[in-house]
Amino acid sequence: MTYDHYLEEPGSLEVEYFSTFGTQRAGNDFHAFWAEFEYGATAWWTTEVYLDGQTTFNDSTVFTGFRWENRFRLLQREHFINPVLYVEYEHISGADKILKEVEGHDGNADSADLNSESRQEHKQELEFKLLLSKAFKGWNIAQNTLATKNLANEPWEFGYAIGASRPLALKASAKRCSFCRENFIAGVEMYGGLGDRYSFGLHDTSHYLAPVVAWNLPSDWTLRVSPGFGLNDNSHRFLLRWGVSREFSGFGAAISRLLGDR
Amino acid sequence: MNLLTFAIVLLFLRAVGAAQTPNSAPSAIAEKNSFVYAELAKAPKKATERRNPLEADPDAVAAGAKLFEQHCAECHGAMADGGKKGPSLRADEIQQSTPGALFWLLTNGVVRRGMPVWSKLPEPQRWQLVSYIRSLTPAPKPNAEGTKTP
Repeated sequence: MTYDHYLEEPGSLEVEYFSTFGTQRAGNDFHAFWAEFEYGATAWWTTEVYLDGQTTFNDSTVFTGFRWENRFRLLQREHFINPVLYVEYEHISGADKILKEVEGHDGNADSADLNSESRQEHKQELEFKLLLSKAFKGWNIAQNTLATKNLANEPWEFGYAIGASRPLALKASAKRCSFCRENFIAGVEMYGGLGDRYSFGLHDTSHYLAPVVAWNLPSDWTLRVSPGFGLNDNSHRFLLRWGVSREFSGFGAAISRLLGDR
Repeated sequence: MNLLTFAIVLLFLRAVGAAQTPNSAPSAIAEKNSFVYAELAKAPKKATERRNPLEADPDAVAAGAKLFEQHCAECHGAMADGGKKGPSLRADEIQQSTPGALFWLLTNGVVRRGMPVWSKLPEPQRWQLVSYIRSLTPAPKPNAEGTKTP
């Protein structure tokens, strides 16, 4: 998933359910999902917690771990290109299949093991990304470079994501509406692995191309759908990602009031 | 491991709390507001001279009002007369600014003082917001007794 440089609004909480259905070349197809709690701590810091799980068809459903993600805006104002630093701690099992990003030599074969076997492996990883993004004539163009370190003394792994998106209309309509064109955002993204420290490059990596459509409802709900297509034999042939989220403005203020700050 | 999980949850909650405990004393709010107003003066000359391309658009104010309700009212108040987190947009400092300066401030935010950048809204929507803000009636001035004149 490609990130742009926009952070959650300060004090707002976004809760999301996100799902990935993936086909498996050798093995059972799967449905991976996460629950995400994204909070705008300040105008320059957004923090998120993810809880991951997956169902592998003809196998089982398992909880696969959690992630704690932080994004920091590096510059105070808008510039030609806007950098954001992304830092994530992951504590997941080998059965995790959410494919939020593709890194190193990740590939289709990694998801083929039975859950009972793959969940025995536990991974603690630190993931860093440099998110670069630019708004240009209504378009958002973003490029993410990622580096992941498994804390169990494994080599650094690398990956990328690039994407472009645009609302279907740039002007807002005067009336409150659900189906106005400005509520729909369409785009496309490409993401994949770039090997690891010892074998950097495209060899034995997987890559995806995915159109993306998002629908922002005035009631603060958002729906996202993204069918992804594997670009080489190492990739899953097809990934269908969709998510539904709800933003709660003023969540932080409500908590603050609850804690006694009136 | 459980300890680490607990620490992470604690840090997450701390982030929620830390960000949302603004000093709500009137003097602190006034200081914060003046900082935001002062930011307008930092707009480059070229930006302040930009004209609102939607000035003559009859729907711009209504569209801007809708955008304001969606994105701005939480901090600036439903009537745009200010809240704990955001200053009044009816104040002279705002109303006497050029449309270009307001557009610049919307685009760049005042990140250190909690106002996010709004360049995620396409340019025409930011101009619609500027149209709405400029359509607001200025705030009444306090009289000698400290109460506001109608």
